Amino acid sequence: MSVTLNRARHPNLKRTLRSIARNWDLYLLLVPVLAYFIIFHYAPMYGVQIAFRRYSIRKGILGSQWVGMAHFNRFFQSYYFERLLVNTLTISLYNLALGFPLPILLALLLNEVTSKRYKKLVQTITYAPHFLSAVVLVSIINAMFSTSTGIINNLIVLFGGEKVAFTTDPRIFKSLYVLSGVWQNMGWNSIIYMAALSGIDPTLYEAGRVDGASRWQMLWRITLPCLAPTICIMLILQCGRLMSLGYEKIYLMQNDLNIAASEVISTYVYKSGLINAEYSFSTAVGLFNSVINCILLFTVNFITGKLSDTRIF
Amino acid sequence: MKNQRIHLSRGDLLFQILVYTVLGLLSLIVLYPLIYVVSASFTSPAALVAGKMYLWPVNPTVSSYKAVLRESRLWIGYKNTIFYTLLGVSINIVMTVLGAYPLSRKDLVGRKVIMTLITFTMFFSGGMIPLYLIIRNLGMIDTVWAVVLPGAISVHNLIIAKSFFSSSIPFELQESAFVDGCSNIRTLLTIIIPLSAPILAVLTMYYGVAHWNAYFNAMMYLSDSKKFPLQIALREILMTNSIADATDTTMNSVDQILLYEGLKYAVVIVASLPVMCLYPFLQRYFVKGTMIGAVKG
Repeated sequence: MSVTLNRARHPNLKRTLRSIARNWDLYLLLVPVLAYFIIFHYAPMYGVQIAFRRYSIRKGILGSQWVGMAHFNRFFQSYYFERLLVNTLTISLYNLALGFPLPILLALLLNEVTSKRYKKLVQTITYAPHFLSAVVLVSIINAMFSTSTGIINNLIVLFGGEKVAFTTDPRIFKSLYVLSGVWQNMGWNSIIYMAALSGIDPTLYEAGRVDGASRWQMLWRITLPCLAPTICIMLILQCGRLMSLGYEKIYLMQNDLNIAASEVISTYVYKSGLINAEYSFSTAVGLFNSVINCILLFTVNFITGKLSDTRIF
Repeated sequence: MKNQRIHLSRGDLLFQILVYTVLGLLSLIVLYPLIYVVSASFTSPAALVAGKMYLWPVNPTVSSYKAVLRESRLWIGYKNTIFYTLLGVSINIVMTVLGAYPLSRKDLVGRKVIMTLITFTMFFSGGMIPLYLIIRNLGMIDTVWAVVLPGAISVHNLIIAKSFFSSSIPFELQESAFVDGCSNIRTLLTIIIPLSAPILAVLTMYYGVAHWNAYFNAMMYLSDSKKFPLQIALREILMTNSIADATDTTMNSVDQILLYEGLKYAVVIVASLPVMCLYPFLQRYFVKGTMIGAVKG
């Protein structure tokens, strides 16, 4: 039996080898690409073992003493642990709760607009903030919400209210972060749904119209079911990023007064790792974050796969 | 769809009005801060501090822009960012095409394995510190390479380019070239690249905006202020409340505060100007890129 199998495999092997030989120059093209991924992605993954060692630059990775879970234990028992975890998760979930459905809603609304020019106008306006850098966005926030000269506080005072310390109040930080993010990216994130909507077969709507369906009914019975697979995929991807908050913007929005609400795992990794040079400890903190991220991604992927047959891998 | 206006029932009409109103309000909310910043940059700082400006410039002046002209940090940053963006985008495009073309070829043995290894990096990474240590061991700290090399390929863009090569360029074209004895590399240069203008434009825009707006890599890897990119210079000017003229003893502190008030809006405008001018193109190509990405799913 095995002999015949081997014989059957031979021509395949030959063909494979011939194909590799014929495309040798394609592999040549891939060399710098693979080198890039090895140096800048896989080498850091190898280097992640310093999370389990007491890393010293002089001794190198393998020469440094193995300390097992010591850094993790120190992190779990530290005074910051709960705060960091709670902040990371609440900001992420808050962001997901608003930042995920609103682009879908925007796409659905835009889809109902019959005037092409109006649609184009709304799209042009709502996509624009996406191109602002994090530094520019945060400085706009700081300028508009400042207590001394900010327009928002001026308006509050004009209508007889009391000034609010938006940029320094820890209770307001999360809302300010999430809502400014929605402001910046809602339009942009709706594009993918617009693409999916444009792919819906128009005969479905014609059939609905013939049957006397109202626009509301068509939205629920035709549009949303057709959009469901895209929504699922985007949800899986979003959940995979749940713990990797964009630290660029958070870091810029932090100040001494709101730090209780604004310190998240990724900004903590930066500070303890690069500013305090605690390489091993902060690698451990970062690894903890990545692992949770992966678990979330696989769980959500598994659940949506069971429920609706949509999965990304 | 053409006859819809005639067939609108009363419920549908209400629905339509609601949709237009909500979208209109939304656009105003998005637009207002943008107009506010532009107007504030042209308003006299005294009117700004007094809270007199709400929508259009009050006592229009270009004094804030004159102050920006004196900010040498900003102009050094500008020069550096233009250099980083040009160099970075060139590296990005070459590397992405080098990866995307072979991987778009269905006859490439091992394509699935390589693709899986590459996609895996989207979901798991060694983290900030191990990468930092590698960059330091390579001696790239405080050099331009630390800014342009770590992000040389974005996996997302690689996938977009790969699906463009495999779906938008007919494979028969390449096959006929092979029959004529064309090597793979020559096919890439003479057949694929000339037909790929749309995807190259998309990639240039994606990478270009990312380089223009980037600051975190530079903050981690650069310490020499002469090498700082625009975004770091901007951050220093805006967040440290410091102005270049602080040493100017002829100005009293009130004048300085006023100057800073206007300056912070003007620097934002000056720093965002190139991206804003390119916005119509950016919008078109970015949307196109998302569509190509969406087809792939």
